[in-house]
Amino acid sequence: MSATVTGLTTHQIARRSALDIADGSYVNLGIGLPELIALFIPNDREIVLHVENGLLGMGPSPEPGDGHPELINAGKKQVTTLPGASFFHQADSFAMIRGGHLDLSVLGALQVAANGDLANWSTGREGAIPAVGGAMDLVSGVKAVHVITRHCTRDGTPKLVRRCSYPLTGAGVVDRVYTDLAVIDITADGFEVVELAPGVSFDHVAARTAAPLRDARPA
Amino acid sequence: MIDKRVGSPREAVAGIGDGDAVMIGGFGEAGSPIELIHALIDHGAANLTVISNNSGSGEIGLAALIRAGQVARIVCSFPRSTNSRVFPDLFHAGRIELELVPQGTLAERIRAGGAGIPAFYTPTAAGTDLEAGKERREFDGRPCLLEHALVADWALIKARTADSHGNLVYNKTARNFSPLMAMAGRNTVVQASSVVEPGGLDPETVITPGIFVDHVVHVPDPQHESELVARGARYP
Repeated sequence: MSATVTGLTTHQIARRSALDIADGSYVNLGIGLPELIALFIPNDREIVLHVENGLLGMGPSPEPGDGHPELINAGKKQVTTLPGASFFHQADSFAMIRGGHLDLSVLGALQVAANGDLANWSTGREGAIPAVGGAMDLVSGVKAVHVITRHCTRDGTPKLVRRCSYPLTGAGVVDRVYTDLAVIDITADGFEVVELAPGVSFDHVAARTAAPLRDARPA
Repeated sequence: MIDKRVGSPREAVAGIGDGDAVMIGGFGEAGSPIELIHALIDHGAANLTVISNNSGSGEIGLAALIRAGQVARIVCSFPRSTNSRVFPDLFHAGRIELELVPQGTLAERIRAGGAGIPAFYTPTAAGTDLEAGKERREFDGRPCLLEHALVADWALIKARTADSHGNLVYNKTARNFSPLMAMAGRNTVVQASSVVEPGGLDPETVITPGIFVDHVVHVPDPQHESELVARGARYP
């Protein structure tokens, strides 16, 4: 294992995952790392971003002084609207989510298990304030669920595991994971590497994954 | 004659009693009816159950109502804020009860309450810790949970424009829970930035029909939570 392996930066992970979002998709980006994806939507595609607090057609952050406190995203940051945008109430917003009308949800993760379980809302730590927001609704209804995350925590603990130890957001919900090291599909047989980050070996990824990993890269 | 206008936030909330359930609109600061909440603080009703997506920020608005000790229980999807210690401190002290509800389930429970649907099944939260105590049933092989409707004695919401019949138009993402809460509140109070005569709103653009609204208060220049928090404001 080479100490010089760095993998992708968070911006590069976001850019890589954006490449797989199809033209014409309706997409919800979770709070945190997934928000970066909006910066990297390829120019040749029109993708409509859904904001679960009531907006389709989210645009970039406003210029300083141009924003409005009543035009915000799920992270409670001020945003703008693009031509073709619409506003709606929470029951309609979650009908879009739960009713399978959105094509893709991209979420962050504390842990992803080889069976597609996702934990991203609570570490279950004693004394933590439980807060779930819309994550459980998103994973239960959106057609595809992608996760973007660092492969390991800051202290090097793998986030891709055999079974989640943290409380679940949803059971068997994740389709694909983008990390700084690889792109990994969740299949009936568990984790499958479909792409490695430049300069990263399969063994390097396997050593940092706490579950069996299959090499499914195209020959 | 129908005229739902009342003179002030104070009059609008005067009927709220100890132990009442109160829905409060807003997602974060967008749509939070700060002037009505402050009037409720002045009014002093205690032992309230509050149904709202968040638990407030700073020490104004919803956070101030909680800090005042008037809220015994909160039904909420995301009671966490980077800039408020009010809810966490009371929660850790065991002085406020929390029912944590996924955001879409919260919205649908409120909608169901207003629509006369006593309960419904949803796949959200099946297989998670939030399944505890809920009836489970499979539909097409998919586990779903039975969720019960929410209604409240009061709904306090914010609109951009109201007419005197209570027809409402909202502002941007401030709409969020308010049209649902208007339906589910037995007494729905609206603070509106502008109030017009009947006919002043195009019926095609009305979002909440006036039948769901009981009282309309004109609050011409509502305060914004983030601006109050930024300058360290406290209420009272």
